[in-house]
Amino acid sequence: MATSGILGRVRSARFPLAPPTWPTTLERPDPERKVGLDYDHEWSRRYPVRLARAVVMDNFTRPAARLLAPATVRGLEHLQHVEGPVIFAANHASHIDTPLLLTTLPVEFRHRTIVAAASDYFFDRTWKSVLWSFALAAIPIERSKVSRRSADTAAEVVEDGWNLVIFPEGGRSPDGWTQPFHGGAAYLARRTGRPVVPVYLHGTRHVLPKTPDPGTRAPGGSGTESRQSGRLHRSPIAVLFGAPMAPDEGESARRFSARVEAAVATLSREVHSDWWQARRAVSAVAPLEGAETAHRGPDASAWRRAWALDDPPSRRGAKEWPD
Amino acid sequence: MSRRPGFVLEVDKSTPPTLFWNGEGFVLETLPEGSRVIYAPEPMKAIDDPYRAIRHALLHPVGDRDPLPALLRPGMKLTICFDDVSLPLPPMEAPDIRQMVIETVLDMAAEAGVDDVVLVAALALHRRMTEEELRHALGNRVYDAFAPHGLLTQHDAEDPENLIHLGQTDQGEDVEINKRAATSDLLVYVNINLVSMDGGHKSVATGLASYRSLRHHHNPQTMRHSKSFMDQPSSELHSSNWRMGRLIAESGVKIFQVETTLNNDTFPSNFQFLQKREWEWSLRDRASFAASSTALSKTPPRIARQIFQSIKSPHALTSVQAGEVEAVHALTTSNVWAQQGVDVEGQTDILTMGLPYICPYNVNSIMNPILVACLGLGYFFNMYRGKPLVREGGVVIMRHPTRPEFHPGHHPSYIDFYEQVLTQTIDPVQMHKEFEESFATDPWYVHLYRTGHAYHGVHPFYMWYWCAHAMAHVGRVIVVGGDAKAVRRLGFSPASSLNDALEIASDVVGPSPTLTHMHNPPIFMSDVR
Repeated sequence: MATSGILGRVRSARFPLAPPTWPTTLERPDPERKVGLDYDHEWSRRYPVRLARAVVMDNFTRPAARLLAPATVRGLEHLQHVEGPVIFAANHASHIDTPLLLTTLPVEFRHRTIVAAASDYFFDRTWKSVLWSFALAAIPIERSKVSRRSADTAAEVVEDGWNLVIFPEGGRSPDGWTQPFHGGAAYLARRTGRPVVPVYLHGTRHVLPKTPDPGTRAPGGSGTESRQSGRLHRSPIAVLFGAPMAPDEGESARRFSARVEAAVATLSREVHSDWWQARRAVSAVAPLEGAETAHRGPDASAWRRAWALDDPPSRRGAKEWPD
Repeated sequence: MSRRPGFVLEVDKSTPPTLFWNGEGFVLETLPEGSRVIYAPEPMKAIDDPYRAIRHALLHPVGDRDPLPALLRPGMKLTICFDDVSLPLPPMEAPDIRQMVIETVLDMAAEAGVDDVVLVAALALHRRMTEEELRHALGNRVYDAFAPHGLLTQHDAEDPENLIHLGQTDQGEDVEINKRAATSDLLVYVNINLVSMDGGHKSVATGLASYRSLRHHHNPQTMRHSKSFMDQPSSELHSSNWRMGRLIAESGVKIFQVETTLNNDTFPSNFQFLQKREWEWSLRDRASFAASSTALSKTPPRIARQIFQSIKSPHALTSVQAGEVEAVHALTTSNVWAQQGVDVEGQTDILTMGLPYICPYNVNSIMNPILVACLGLGYFFNMYRGKPLVREGGVVIMRHPTRPEFHPGHHPSYIDFYEQVLTQTIDPVQMHKEFEESFATDPWYVHLYRTGHAYHGVHPFYMWYWCAHAMAHVGRVIVVGGDAKAVRRLGFSPASSLNDALEIASDVVGPSPTLTHMHNPPIFMSDVR
């Protein structure tokens, strides 16, 4: 009662206790909002903020991630002898990818890694900009193309000694298959001279499934909605790190990007086999040129693409048939 | 120890009290000496590797059908239809058999490069399944591959755009079924045969039909001449479905039928005592009974309902056969009888039965009084071949609380049926003539059926017709422990105890009648000679 009384007084407060109203006869200029690519995120890399982030990451985010998505991690040995900073290029299927990837990194990388996040989604509001800058050390980039401004920002932080996580697909996969890579990671590697570490994240789309666009109705009528989307579900994941890659002498960013994508494709095959079998499988699907297409799925109808995915949650968790 | 068949026990002085279901609970009743108690056969052994058995069935079809892979080709139109939430009962533990069959069919379709595949839940006039129910029946893998693209649909018997009239049978019966299924190059029907009534031509001719088609066999005349629903050659309901099924086949609809049978292992380990013979109850069984019946008697009905509806059955696959509808169904029927058949000598004056919390039409819902009548007189009474267990003019005594409670979302027209129709008449023929059409065509019921999760407006009438054979056959129906007002509304006699019921029954069958009790779970079918 007391609380609602106080709230009522606050709401009914008038100028000058409340902000002034704007005369209707005057045009109101748009408030100057420094969000999106304009957001100043430099504060998030200062020492006190880093310390606070590390405390939250190690004491809350990491145990929660372990509980929610028990991870099988492979290929960490590739990071043992690499000199930072590096650029992690990973496939992208869920919003949960970033925290899950960060929490599996070795400690020497975990607290010195920033994330390239879509400016139009993660930095469109002030509160979101502050939240993601703090929680993930995110920086805003333009996801649809390699813009000079985004590239400059990313290059500066890498040159400043920070590892960078980038999702070269530019957005989450709509159906679980990997989309074609944009050239951002390869361009940054060429520009900064730092290696790219390919990463494959498996099963994260079952932990936090992508939500259908708001307002869309279930196409099969009531009963065929996707109410499980947009909610967290406990499901195991796998995180596979590949060997660091550097562009060859004279290699173009586009060609290097295709090599990075092929490396991620090979890692995707390693989930259910081993490195050699994965290499052979990728070569069989797409020999020589264009090996990167091996993880883009068959060129077929929507259900066959979904069916061809090899991470069925229903079989994985299925109970054994009684004898 | 080998599986023991079903048998008939004669009650004597040393026979322990007998278990009766009583809605969301159970009681022990002492039956008069000389009464008979029919016990179901023990569960058949499950198939060790169901995926392998399913694959084998699809590759080795029976009747005039090629193996499934030979029927699949790129560019074809494939529709996979499956039984809805009404089967099996209770819902089975994951993985559901529909999931396993459909995953295997889809593996073959993907291998053959079939792009145009649609799944259809064969609802007939039942309610639409919810996302959770569909995920349980099909598994997440199938659901997530089809639902987001609109390729997982539920049959809509009121959608003129997606119905096709294939013609009339020689008896003038309209055959109107799901257009997508009828115009596909191949229709794969995935069925669960819990009782011998299910499956065969009934799968497509009923499951995918419209009201215009269903009314030809879902009416009092047909139901009264189905003696019984479980005995296909003696069932007018099935004769009508078979005529329709043959017309569907002659119209060029190519059906690849997959039928499965389950064993009668109905309840998980904590409720195992329910399906054991009482004199074999162990200390643990007796403790479980005492604890659960005491706890349930103190639990509000709403909570007890939630507890029971959450039970998943350990049913396991005993056979799977695929191919041409009639050849498949002949095998299925014999497999169902092998699990459920019990030989019984002669009829009885009084038939007693305890009615459980669930029937095909209240999964995740409420068992309303109309469904109580349907379960007792429509289902349990009809679980026979040859002659009914109870003699003509005999008495049926059922045990169920029969509360006048309804699920407004699932059974909206039942509420009006209970208040407006049963207060006027309980005669199936009269209500068919005077009330059925107004309920069947009511636009609000149609809207709720099509867009929500409501049974069709005409459905309560069908439930009542389902009782028509029993109502014409027996002299009196008594409900023990039921809400007296609701029981009288149904046209039955209420009794507060089994002894009272026997006293009331003596007016009809005399002072020293014969009595037979159907012991369930699990369900069984009597071969009455």
